Amino acid sequence: MTTLADPHTESFRPSMLLNDTRYRSLTFQFIALVAIIAAMAFIGGNLVRNLTEAGLNISYDFLGAQAGYDINQRPISYDSQDTHGRAAMVGLLNTLIVAFLACVTATIIGVLAGVLRLSPNWLVRKIMSFYVEIFRNVPVLIWILIIFSIMINAAPAPRDFRGDDPSASMWLFDTIAVTNRGVYLPKPVWGSGSLLVVGVFIASIIGIFMYRRYARKQLYDHGRLVPTFWPSVALFFVPVILAQLVMGSPISLEYPELKGFNFRGGVTILGSLIALWFALAIYTGAFIAENVRAGILAVSAGQTEAAAALGLRPGRIMNLVVLPQALRVIIPPLISQYLNITKNSSLAIAVGYMDLTGTLGGITLLQTGRAIESVLLLMLFYLIISLSISFIMNIYNNTMKLQER
Amino acid sequence: MKKSVFLGALTVAGIVAGGASAATLDEVKARGKLNCGVTTGVPGFAEPDAQGVWQGFDVAVCRAVAAAVLGDGNAVEFVPTTGKTRFTALASGEIDLLARNTTWTLSRDVDLKFEFIGVNYYDGQGFMVPKELGVASAKDLDGATVCIQTGTTTELNLADFFRANGITYEPVPIETGAEAVQQFIAGACDVYTTDASALAAQRANFEDPSAYVLLPEIISKEPLAPLVRHGDNEWADIARWTLNSLIAAEELGVTSVNLEELSAGTENPEINRLLGTEGDLGAMLGLDKDWAKRAIGVAGNYGEIFEKNIGASTPIGLARGLNAQWTDGGLIYAPPFR
Repeated sequence: MTTLADPHTESFRPSMLLNDTRYRSLTFQFIALVAIIAAMAFIGGNLVRNLTEAGLNISYDFLGAQAGYDINQRPISYDSQDTHGRAAMVGLLNTLIVAFLACVTATIIGVLAGVLRLSPNWLVRKIMSFYVEIFRNVPVLIWILIIFSIMINAAPAPRDFRGDDPSASMWLFDTIAVTNRGVYLPKPVWGSGSLLVVGVFIASIIGIFMYRRYARKQLYDHGRLVPTFWPSVALFFVPVILAQLVMGSPISLEYPELKGFNFRGGVTILGSLIALWFALAIYTGAFIAENVRAGILAVSAGQTEAAAALGLRPGRIMNLVVLPQALRVIIPPLISQYLNITKNSSLAIAVGYMDLTGTLGGITLLQTGRAIESVLLLMLFYLIISLSISFIMNIYNNTMKLQER
Repeated sequence: MKKSVFLGALTVAGIVAGGASAATLDEVKARGKLNCGVTTGVPGFAEPDAQGVWQGFDVAVCRAVAAAVLGDGNAVEFVPTTGKTRFTALASGEIDLLARNTTWTLSRDVDLKFEFIGVNYYDGQGFMVPKELGVASAKDLDGATVCIQTGTTTELNLADFFRANGITYEPVPIETGAEAVQQFIAGACDVYTTDASALAAQRANFEDPSAYVLLPEIISKEPLAPLVRHGDNEWADIARWTLNSLIAAEELGVTSVNLEELSAGTENPEINRLLGTEGDLGAMLGLDKDWAKRAIGVAGNYGEIFEKNIGASTPIGLARGLNAQWTDGGLIYAPPFR
């Protein structure tokens, strides 16, 4: 006969921590955690003790002290009278500028190269393989140095533009100067009434989007294909040019001119920025090309064949059928490549571009001797930038990934 | 029980470590080699020759100290350092002595906790430009692009000079002298600025040195001095008086040629004290009595070292100028040996 007794409530004994599989893993995790904390505390305590013995204290007061050095690319106003803190900010912005430019360019290069690597054309395919292999397998620092030294030796120096018979001349009706110090472009000068022209420009951009929506609606509702390309181009240029002429040219251009040692006026894009930007973009582009190729190959060939059977042209098959599906595979590794670009941009000092590592981690560190503080701050900045990029790209990834219902 | 063993071990380790960092002299003797920090290569000051042997004006200081302490001028391990790494290398104990065109400043002496042992070269920051630019004065450099080595006092002086004269410039920061030269020759910068001695030294290696001129302005005081860590005064004394012995030797007319003869004993008591035939100056430093004789014996006195490495007869061709003995109107002056 069976009797139903109350389930035996087992009293907890300390030995169960080791003998009972339910608790054992927790015990070991706890011991490991304590050991890690103790090790960290020992290392940290050791550091603090050694620093006190050496008479060094951790202090961030130097950020408020006068920096005393100049920086060649200043997105915000800065001179040698400003503080180390502001110099670090200038460096941070310079890092963000080159990282952003390189991410955009690398993506364009990478997608093109990745798609072309799968081209049916033998020559195109081989050229792209060559590009990917040569750039992926040589360290990025070397590419930065190669591109920079080619640039400073191949492009003319500003002094070559001088004289009656100069050995170099400016491009595009004397508006653009390409020198080994950088590229000088015309700069818009905003006269009175230029606000209206800008307003018209923004309105025409909105107009282009509205027109495209209308065109799509026509296509979906009535099956009519309304041309979009040329009307868009017209909408983009015509109203602005009209407004500019009607208002009596309020927006004029300031052209770079050779004065003294350098070109003055206009917008300067430093040679070091161009070299770093180009090197990072073309190097990382090779990795992105491989990601894109992998993504495209992950889409089953049946999709392409089905799309072709429906009568889509190859370009449309790629844009409408294959790439949207491939993106799901491409985006996660793309995030790592963006992070790599940001981190690799710290090699900027090799070409004299003053990024965060060059200002805070370079000159500020050396002039103040505050190595630990500067490096900790540097780590914090890069961590924040990287986490922000991951955060934004993860949001994008979530919108692109397969929505499961 | 185990815990106390562990703690005891820690304490012993701590005492050993603490004691070792205090007596650099014993450490160097035990190692049998002096670890000396030098530049990554500035002709005349510190550069390996075709056989890979380090030669130069700063190198001579390293060798003299090694000879005084270890009895062998070749018992030196040369550690090339950049403007960035030099102070960390010295502070961490990787090197015992830094002889690398380092400007003696208050903040380096006091805040970074180093001990400068005396000036071995009085320098100043100068400018070099291509002759074809036709610039005669640094004040004409408004708007010029300037190549500078980062992490040095140079860039601070530069900012001050241009601000004081109300003119502008575009800085191009560069990590090493070699890269700066590369950009300067390619015309990526109009001006190259660093210590005048280094400009002269680097120009000597150009394909066409005569196409470049040094501008007359010297915009800063750069007393270049070897240095050691703060806190080990005995070691600092040895390094300081080794340098002084080279300088005093020139003043007293002790050269590598007559060293042996003079060390037999002379009428001049100061020479006798310097070379150890009289008094016990060596013992006060914790060395033997021949220490200065050995230091001078490596490459001769200060003047001989100067002439051999960077003097007027070398490609670098620097005049003595401020670096002449005080008796010849210069600033080089050793305190008395007594």
